[in-house]
Amino acid sequence: MSPKTLYDKIWDAHVAHEADDGTCLLYIDRHLVHEVTSPQAFEGLRMAGRGVRAPEKTIAVPDHNVPTTQGRNDPSQMTEESRIQVEALDKNAKEFGVHYYPVSDVRQGIVHIVGPEQGWTLPGMTVVCGDSHTATHGAFGALAHGIGTSEVEHVLATQTLIQKKSKNMKVEITGKLKPGVTAKDITLAVIGETGTAGGTGYVIEYCGEAIRDLSMEGRMTVCNMAIEGGARAGLIAPDDTTYNYVKGRPHAPKAGAFEQALEYWKTLFTDEGAHFDKVVTLKGEDIQPVVTWGTSPEDVLPITGVVPHPEDFEGGKVDAARRSIDYMGLTPGQKLTDIEIDTVFIGSCTNGRIEDFRAVAEVVKGKKIKDGMRAMIVPGSGLVRAQAEEEGLADIFREAGFEWRLAGCSMCLAMNPDQLSEGERCAATSNRNFEGRQGYKGRTHLVSPAMAAAAALTGKLTDIREMM
Amino acid sequence: MEKFETLSGIAAPMPLVNIDTDMIIPKVFLKSIKRTGFGANLFDEMRFNRDGTEIADFVLNKPQYREAQILVAGDNFGCGSSREHAPWAIADFGIKCVISTSFADIFFNNCFKNGILPIVLPQEQVDLLMKDAEKGSNARMTVDLEAQEITSSDGDVIPFEVDAFKKQCLINGLDDIGLTMEKVDAIDAFEAKADAARPWV
Repeated sequence: MSPKTLYDKIWDAHVAHEADDGTCLLYIDRHLVHEVTSPQAFEGLRMAGRGVRAPEKTIAVPDHNVPTTQGRNDPSQMTEESRIQVEALDKNAKEFGVHYYPVSDVRQGIVHIVGPEQGWTLPGMTVVCGDSHTATHGAFGALAHGIGTSEVEHVLATQTLIQKKSKNMKVEITGKLKPGVTAKDITLAVIGETGTAGGTGYVIEYCGEAIRDLSMEGRMTVCNMAIEGGARAGLIAPDDTTYNYVKGRPHAPKAGAFEQALEYWKTLFTDEGAHFDKVVTLKGEDIQPVVTWGTSPEDVLPITGVVPHPEDFEGGKVDAARRSIDYMGLTPGQKLTDIEIDTVFIGSCTNGRIEDFRAVAEVVKGKKIKDGMRAMIVPGSGLVRAQAEEEGLADIFREAGFEWRLAGCSMCLAMNPDQLSEGERCAATSNRNFEGRQGYKGRTHLVSPAMAAAAALTGKLTDIREMM
Repeated sequence: MEKFETLSGIAAPMPLVNIDTDMIIPKVFLKSIKRTGFGANLFDEMRFNRDGTEIADFVLNKPQYREAQILVAGDNFGCGSSREHAPWAIADFGIKCVISTSFADIFFNNCFKNGILPIVLPQEQVDLLMKDAEKGSNARMTVDLEAQEITSSDGDVIPFEVDAFKKQCLINGLDDIGLTMEKVDAIDAFEAKADAARPWV
């Protein structure tokens, strides 16, 4: 048998039907659902008189719209439209009998944090959700990607997706990371290298020593942003780190079933000599703490850099860079560490897990955020919040002057009350720095949690290594 | 789904690269639970001032492009989120075809589910069509899906590739779910086999 990549193996194990032209029906093991991209899909089922084929494999949680302030069960905290979407999900989850974590449930949170936390996401699975950051689940060696609402309806009705296979791409991070460099810096550095369209048409497998050394939280951060590089999905082969994370979670297999699953999971790796259509290699030691200066996630530079000149680029990127620099209110040649920050946002499906908050606590413990700084920390789930409380992190945050919020997507996409105002400049641990992403005319610099924490203290983009 | 056979119309040029889904339809407009009505807010932050007045120099506000049915766009069009509201807004505005050097994967797939034809062409040909689009309302382009050809206003004929299955779905306005339902036996058989091999799933 010819050697296979990890992606080849998972793909082959899920093809339910293949047409002569290579169009496949790919079977879906887990379907995650949130309130923004699902109402039209459920409505479509209803209109066609169709049901959900596998409600036991379908998990719904509201996250994009929900306020993250105390007392959020009070409907007046949500806009009328937000409330309608959340109520529609309540109703649809109940009517179609899918697993559901309502706003009032302590396990509620961002769908991509809740899934792994509850043990829904397991190695070797296919996982989809009407959300591009579904790539997150690839950290478990699962084939996970975002889909549109028509496809949500298709999966609800048939538990399959019409797909053609993507190409294989390998991203290898060799050696060790330097102090102050995190999973977020890896994933941003890779996009800086490949561009936001560099992964288009591919599924990425991340490998190498620096990836192996990451915790599950770190691996989820890396895979989460595979989509920002244009890839359909990002994958990391499962290993002991993965198995230890999964074991004992509510929906993970137990006892004998776990052993049986483990035996299978241990076959999930890329065979020696398997073919990759594209290979990118970065040395771990070369990666520095990075920050985005523009309005595309590919606009990445080491924190020691300066704002580029539009003329530094080629083709259509010259005009795009000019537009970005203007939108961001920056001057070419300006040192990145001279950029003053109004707001710090720590959270999101990229960096809203316990490890991220431990990193922040380490930086801000016993210190105060800069006067006038607006700084919020938003846990990715109610359980992350509870754990941070228990570990004393929440007290550290409150004493430093951070707002300590309830779980949700919050200011990552500002579909809820957490938004930037016009011209407000934010250091954010989220995943997109697009124009208007965090609020109309808001300005976003993407950074790691430690770098966001440092910016909250100094009021400027800051090299975390100078605070260590 | 509405059929797509041959489209003849005005093409609007948007040479900016990396036009993302937040630009196409900002999140404040994602709160509807319907599939219609998004066209009014297509490219909202580029198209309108905060007070709702139009930004005169935005391409779709110019008199010659207000009825555009084709968009010729810069590289990596539709990057970002999975929101199908983006193609819903494009279709609702009246645009049925987008031409670029590349598209983001999810957006590309979403287009086909909504009667929109996304066409990938090499840079030189996109440049040629961009120039053609810049001529305004005098430049009507024709996109023939059956023949897989674009004809510019000057009569240049540019062939394009499209996935055979997706082409048939567009031309016939086929509903994916209905097609898949015909293969329910294969799904049942796969499910039984997978349940036996991986009972923990």
